[in-house]
Parts: sequence; structure tokens; C-alpha cells
Amino acid sequence: MPTDLHAAWFAFAGTPLFGLPVTILAYLAAARLQRALHGAALVNPVLIAIALIIAILKLTGTPYATYFGGARLLHLLLGPATVALAVPLAANLEHVRRHLPEISIATIAGSIVSAASGVLLVRLCGGSVAIAASMAPKAATTPIAMGVAAESHGIPALTASLAILGGVFVACVGETVLRWVRATDWRAYGLAAGTAGSGIAAARVYMQNPAAAAFAGLAIGLNGLITAIIVPLAMHAWLPGK
Amino acid sequence: MLKYIAKSLAALAILVGFQLIGELLQRALALPIPGPAIGMALLAGVLIVRRRPPAPDAALGRTSNALLIWMGLLFVPAGVGLMEHVDLIEAQLLPITVGLVGSSLAGVIVTGLIMQHLVARRSRRPVSEGALHAD
Repeated sequence: MPTDLHAAWFAFAGTPLFGLPVTILAYLAAARLQRALHGAALVNPVLIAIALIIAILKLTGTPYATYFGGARLLHLLLGPATVALAVPLAANLEHVRRHLPEISIATIAGSIVSAASGVLLVRLCGGSVAIAASMAPKAATTPIAMGVAAESHGIPALTASLAILGGVFVACVGETVLRWVRATDWRAYGLAAGTAGSGIAAARVYMQNPAAAAFAGLAIGLNGLITAIIVPLAMHAWLPGK
Repeated sequence: MLKYIAKSLAALAILVGFQLIGELLQRALALPIPGPAIGMALLAGVLIVRRRPPAPDAALGRTSNALLIWMGLLFVPAGVGLMEHVDLIEAQLLPITVGLVGSSLAGVIVTGLIMQHLVARRSRRPVSEGALHAD
């Protein structure tokens, strides 16, 4: 009987019948919790949903690959969602065009500082070269971050996890930290969230202020481009023999 | 109702279509930017050239809005992949934590502060010129 149940479970654990509802329900529960706590940024629905689903998979002994097979449909929508950032971008063209030089300078600086400080801090704390190389591109949007990690002696799958954790962290504390350093301009917030926290932070910005999300979307594209060019060059200069 | 759904699906097809064009361009020209980001730039270009960004209640505006509002949900399946790296992260917990937190803070602060000062300087300029550099 338990074997039959087990077999029956695995027959559908890998289908969208499991992956889709479990992901959507976990996220809705997490989002409701955040609303109940008056939208507290620290209660990030992405992180809570991830923790809930990991607990469910561990309890049921379901491997990640099996779950992902069923949840892939949601993952695939990330592509069109990125394209959709064009709509707030076009709607706020005037703001963006007026500030194009500032946007470029701030994003290039933030992107380089983020990658360099990641490598430096990992090495200072005794982390391996592979961890440092996986950390360097993590602020870029996930497909770029993984590609750059693969090119520069990093572990792409670890970079993907770091990109998501970093995005959640920026979504949680970004606005507060900027208030501490008195950077309260909404354009600065949108740009900083997109540069340091990519899509997850941009999603939070969009909920608060769609015009700021136009800056976040632009920052994601620019930061991705800068990271893709600079990080592999810097890593090869640092580790020429590898 | 059916018409509403059909229009939403057509808008989704437009977004996916721009992603496809982006992916094709990326492969063909070996660009270091992912296809969806190229698709975003192209769609923004088309919307700007037409000089008419979609209204929030038009199909493209409403579908984009829905995708962006639910974007957090779309990151969850990839995020659950974290469970595959728990051992590695535990083994190097200190460097990973310090590196992740420190570099994220540095990125936010540097980008935010520079943007704040550059924007403030520019918006002050016309005023301060008129007011004989009041500050």
C-alpha cells in the first residue's frame, strides 16, 4: 500500500498538476501574509514561497527536478514579463530620456562596485575562487549572470541562487538603506533596485511606483550588458592561467 | 468576456513574439544581452516610434501590468533550486553571506547616491542660475 501510494505520488509530482498549484498557492499565502503585516518589505513573498515549497518537497521526498518539470510553465513567463517592462519604459520616456547621462553613470558605477565588492568580500572571508566567481555576476539578470559565471570559473547554478537571494535582499532592505543615506529620489530608488536586485527588486518597485519601474527595467538591461562585458575580462585578468 | 480573454492572449503573443525576435537576434549576432532584454528594447522602440504607449486598460497595457505585478511568482520555480545548493552554501556560509549582503548593499548605495546627486544637481541648475547660485 505505501509503495502504491508512493508510485501514484511520483506519477503526478512531475506534472503541472502538482507544480503549478503548489507554487501559486504558496505565493498567494506569502503575499497574503505580507498584506496582513501592512506590506512590510521584510516579509518578502518570493522568499517565503520558496521556503514553503522547499519544506513541502523535503517532507514528500520529491526531487527538485521533478517539481521544476511541473512548475516550468510559470518559469517560462519570465521572458514575456521582461519584455513587458517596455510598457512602463515607453510610458515614462520623457523622464528616462531627460536623465539618460545620469542613468548611464550611476548604473555603470553601481554595476562595477557590486561585482568587485562581491569578489573582494568572498575572498577576504576565506571563500574559494569558484564562490567568488559565482558571486561576481549575481546582480545581473539571471540568464546573463549564469552565462558569465560559466565563462569565468564560477558555478552557474549557484550564481542563479545567489541572484535570487540578492534580489530578495535588495527588495527587502533597498528602500530603507537608501533612506539612511538620504537618497530618497524615486528615480534613484528605481535605478538602484534594478542595478543591485534585478527582476525581483524591480517587481517590488513596480508594485510601489510603475514610473520608478521604468528606471529599474532600464538598469536591468544596462547592468546586464556591463556585467557581461566587464566581469569575464576582469576574471581572466585576475586568473590568467585558469 | 471571451473577447477580453482573446485580446489578452493576443497581447501575450505580442510579448512572446518580441522575446522570440530578441532571442533570434542574440543568437545571430552573438550579443552579450539575453533575448528578453533585447525584446524589451525593441518593443519599447516600437511603442515610442508609434508615439502611443498602450493605455493601462488596453490589452497590451493590462497584460503587461498583470505579468509585472505577478513577476515575483515567476521567480519562485527557479528560486526553489536553492535546495540543491544547501550543502555548498553551508560549507562556505560566511564568505557567501558577507559577499552577498555586502555587495548588494554596495550596489544599492553607490547607484542610488550617484543618481540622487546627479538628478538633484541638474534640477537645481536652472534655478540656481536665476538666483545667482543661491546654494
